[in-house]
Amino acid sequence: MAARRSLRFAALGYLGLLLAAPVGMVFYRAFEHGLGRFFHALTTPGAEHALYLTLLVTAIAVPANAAFGIGTALLLARRRFRGQGVLDRMIDLPFAISPIVVGLALVLVYGQDGWLGSTFAGAGIQIIFSTPGIVLATIFVSLPFVVREVLPVLREIGDEQEQAAATLGASRWQAFWRITLPAIRPAVIYGVVLSTARALGEFGAVSVVSGRLEGETETLTLYVQNRFDGFDLTAAYATAVLLAVLGIGVLVALTVLSRRRSQHGY
Amino acid sequence: MGIETAGIHKSFNGHVALDDVSVVVPEGSLTAILGPSGGGKSTLLRVIAGLEEPDEGQVLINGRDVTRDPAQDREIGFVFQHYAAFKHMTVRDNVGFGLRIRKRSKAEIRSRVDELLGLVQLETYADRYPAQLSGGQRQRMALARALAIEPRVLLLDEPFGALDARVRQELRAWLKRLQADVGVTTIFVTHDQEEAMDLADQIVLVNDGRVEQAGTPHDLYEKPENDFVMRFIGLVTTLDGRLVRPHDVQLLPVPGAASDEAVVERVSRLGFEVRVELTRASGEKVVAQLSRAEERELELREGDIVHVRGVDSASVLAA
Repeated sequence: MAARRSLRFAALGYLGLLLAAPVGMVFYRAFEHGLGRFFHALTTPGAEHALYLTLLVTAIAVPANAAFGIGTALLLARRRFRGQGVLDRMIDLPFAISPIVVGLALVLVYGQDGWLGSTFAGAGIQIIFSTPGIVLATIFVSLPFVVREVLPVLREIGDEQEQAAATLGASRWQAFWRITLPAIRPAVIYGVVLSTARALGEFGAVSVVSGRLEGETETLTLYVQNRFDGFDLTAAYATAVLLAVLGIGVLVALTVLSRRRSQHGY
Repeated sequence: MGIETAGIHKSFNGHVALDDVSVVVPEGSLTAILGPSGGGKSTLLRVIAGLEEPDEGQVLINGRDVTRDPAQDREIGFVFQHYAAFKHMTVRDNVGFGLRIRKRSKAEIRSRVDELLGLVQLETYADRYPAQLSGGQRQRMALARALAIEPRVLLLDEPFGALDARVRQELRAWLKRLQADVGVTTIFVTHDQEEAMDLADQIVLVNDGRVEQAGTPHDLYEKPENDFVMRFIGLVTTLDGRLVRPHDVQLLPVPGAASDEAVVERVSRLGFEVRVELTRASGEKVVAQLSRAEERELELREGDIVHVRGVDSASVLAA
């Protein structure tokens, strides 16, 4: 009994010191000078643009990853082809390598002197140090989530229901929308929530490819770093709180959805 | 008319699943594809359905070559071994799926689905989900779903395989009546020879990717073309070095014409049926199948000497 209690204290203390106290401190410092200063810090043009850019990038990267993730999971689960194992392992690459490496790699390929970047530059499209580069970096780092959630579900449900739909006259497309998608929907939502959280919070890769131009290529995470380095601590903490609230919102959505998932038994 | 396959070949990664399979299924018949597991019978059904594409050969449904048509265009009803119920849909929506794909009106779908639910006795389960049904109910739902589109042929893969013995018996009798009422050309796959004998007008016995024999249950039982067919359908024993049915072995208390002595080794009384294992002077082991009444007259005990011979009408095959 005493042992169990001390274990509980140890776990709570560990989490408290590691998670609750630092996050709590950020909240405390953000509101230290009152609500007015807090909201003022969030409504400067720099902060507003950073929020806009983060939401824009997330709004592009997450649907792109959802579509790619479902497509790739279907390919891996339903087809047999050469190089399947390689593709399966490659999906995990963004988990395995540091975001900073991702950023540098993207600069090498899509930078003005990079082998794809120069082609785009010729067409007047700048990728690195611009929004497209930030979107690419965000897509890259949050790529595996939907695939990794959906693939095991697809493998578990098998393809008999899809075959049954085919014998009843459904095209592949109809079978996907009416049979496959409803069956994998909870997994898709779960994957989308996880990649949203990752997209909102990405710092390393975005930091390399954005060029960090204030009011142009600065996302919320970069803005926090910028204000912190400039000793504008109230703005840094206020923006940090905004990021934390967005993240917590995503977490809450996740909890609600995963509870619903277990209720429906799939 | 009906269903015809001609010279079907199909292999998976070098393993030959079907080797020159030609089958004719008459229109309106109830045909069993019977055989041991792994013999290719499910593959044959899936080739007919369009769920597998044959490497060679043709599939004709009602005289039309459908070999290259995808499953969705073949107008077949297919019942999967594990039902393949649409888990996120109610029973009503499952049964109406094919009609919704065909863009029938809501009213038409509703009345057709009601009619089918009545046919398979699931009226009161219309708003349940498949997870809330028993195995037998799921099977009937799958059947109603397949019949809803008024298919030209009905294909069933091991339809009773996943059900317990009592439910299987009930559903078997029910399916036979239903097929007779609806009159749709039906093929079902089974590894259970009793099920095939009981239900089918015609049996196609498939083994090792080939058709061993096709014919009426009576033909396969009485006139087996080879020893595989004879052994697969019904019991066999050897008598004078030939294969015979144990019920065609006669036991006599005293010597008769063409009879020979044998020692009773074991008597197993299985209710109505009694099985007697005997050894002849030549060392040949023989099994005889008697009715309880016949055995009672002989009063057989282990170690007794009796006289065995084959009955005149016995179907016999060189072993």
